[in-house]
Amino acid sequence: MGMTMTQKILADHAGLDKVTAGQLIKAKLDMVLGNDITTPVAIKEFKKIGIDKVFDVNKISIVPDHFTPNKDIKSAEQVKLCREFAREMGIVNFFEVGQMGVEHALLPEKGLVVAGDVVIGADSHTCTYGALGAFSTGIGSTDMAAGMATGEAWFKVPEAIKFVLKGKLQKWVSGKDVILHIIGMIGVDGALYKSMEFTGEGLKYLSMDDRFSMANMAIEAGGKNGIFEVDEKTIEYMKEHSTREYKIYKADDDAEYEAVYEIDLSEVKPTVAFPPLPENTRTIDKVGDIKIDQVVIGSCTNGRIEDMRIAAEILKGRKVHKDVRCIIIPATQKIWKQAMAEGLFDIFIDAGAVVSTPTCGPCLGGHMGILAKGERAVSTTNRNFVGRMGHPESEVYLASPAIAAASAVAGRIASPEEI
Amino acid sequence: MNVQGKVIKYGDNVDTDVIIPARYLNTSDPAELAKHCMEDLDSSFVTKVRKGDIMVAGKNFGCGSSREHAPIAIKASGIYCVIAETFARIFYRNAINIGLPIIECPEAAKDIADGDTVEIDFDTGKIKNLTNGKEYMGVPFPEFMQQLIAADGLIEYIKRQIK
Repeated sequence: MGMTMTQKILADHAGLDKVTAGQLIKAKLDMVLGNDITTPVAIKEFKKIGIDKVFDVNKISIVPDHFTPNKDIKSAEQVKLCREFAREMGIVNFFEVGQMGVEHALLPEKGLVVAGDVVIGADSHTCTYGALGAFSTGIGSTDMAAGMATGEAWFKVPEAIKFVLKGKLQKWVSGKDVILHIIGMIGVDGALYKSMEFTGEGLKYLSMDDRFSMANMAIEAGGKNGIFEVDEKTIEYMKEHSTREYKIYKADDDAEYEAVYEIDLSEVKPTVAFPPLPENTRTIDKVGDIKIDQVVIGSCTNGRIEDMRIAAEILKGRKVHKDVRCIIIPATQKIWKQAMAEGLFDIFIDAGAVVSTPTCGPCLGGHMGILAKGERAVSTTNRNFVGRMGHPESEVYLASPAIAAASAVAGRIASPEEI
Repeated sequence: MNVQGKVIKYGDNVDTDVIIPARYLNTSDPAELAKHCMEDLDSSFVTKVRKGDIMVAGKNFGCGSSREHAPIAIKASGIYCVIAETFARIFYRNAINIGLPIIECPEAAKDIADGDTVEIDFDTGKIKNLTNGKEYMGVPFPEFMQQLIAADGLIEYIKRQIK
């Protein structure tokens, strides 16, 4: 029996010729990541181990992005802890405000992750780097501490679900809609403990930004990781962003999958996930009349340059509805600068939207756009749990940047075709 | 080792945002986190929970964020153990790593009611509902995880390995 992409990467990093689903292995790590919420706990645990250096100063990334620029005194203290630890250990990839971005947009852009890597991150959306053909998965702070100390982590080799993509997306349909469609189909625990492997001739029609946003939400189906087969677009992206050597792993023809789904991208419709779970999906034609108070366009799911361009295409020459606050957050400084250079900010500001510095902020109800009781938001983020963006009685509807921008204009959940 | 406790029960997909909302994540102090544990799902939890109580829930418990603050908050609230149909994988790892006992047991999770008293034998994985006399067997941990648990968590395990 052959191996899946994930199994091959894990086998190689464990120094084994072969692994099988369910096997417990110890794998070498190419990158260990943490943010301003999870790293302070990891530092506390790291110090308990009683060693005074990390395994490799180049293979750790600390990105204060959640409550930054520091939203209050306690958050400032947490970032200070991260900063001092990074300095003390000589950690190269510590990204201060001014350099930082939303971690999962930042690391690929900085070329810190490439195909074939094994990455752990104390942030559940670490699965994003699967878009590059890496094995990457979210873990907690204690695992981050152990990873920083030893350069290794233990894993249970996952089973896999294969998604064979074919056809081409229609206008206004993006990777976000595809992944929401998949989560709606298999449920929030549909891929629990498993890999989600994406392959098929339809891949060539998905941009890297589409792939990042799909791999990003593998965790919302319970997945251990999401991973895309490497193609020319992946290689082009890595060559543009990284000087590191990459390694391409292809699944064996006789690899075993727990399930195989064929998805015709041309049939995927714009999709919205209703609160309080990402699996509560409806296609845009079945949404009904849902008035909204806020729109957020940004995050590790959809804060990339293509997302900004789509939002601008829709907002150009239009106005954000008078009852709606529209908050746009490019995910990194580079994306920010690019969007500015392309004149997108003029469009946003003329439309009555605001543009924020990179931050995770509102996605997790941190700052920069918290909802009051009874308020509703359409957001391009990844979670719509109870209280996610603020008051426990507020609501988050997950959607693509196209739907979010159109909804900002309409004042209710709407498709670009309606405005 | 045997423990006995009163059950506080919740449903499916209890996510980390309701276990500990992000607005309280500007600290990692366990006592501070415990004050807000389960707040957005059940605001009465912090007043009704007693040390040694057992949390029982449905499938995919702890889904969502990687925040270790979630099992830390549950443990610091006084809950001794969580029994669920299934656990989300990051929560599962985190719970083992910080030493919050968890047991996967679909039958027990479905059957046991809020307010029941249950007894757990951690050596065998046996769960007994003392309220109605029914018994269940939890899914045993793989050997490596048993070693982690026996070592009192991942950090202690690594300390021993490094020595």
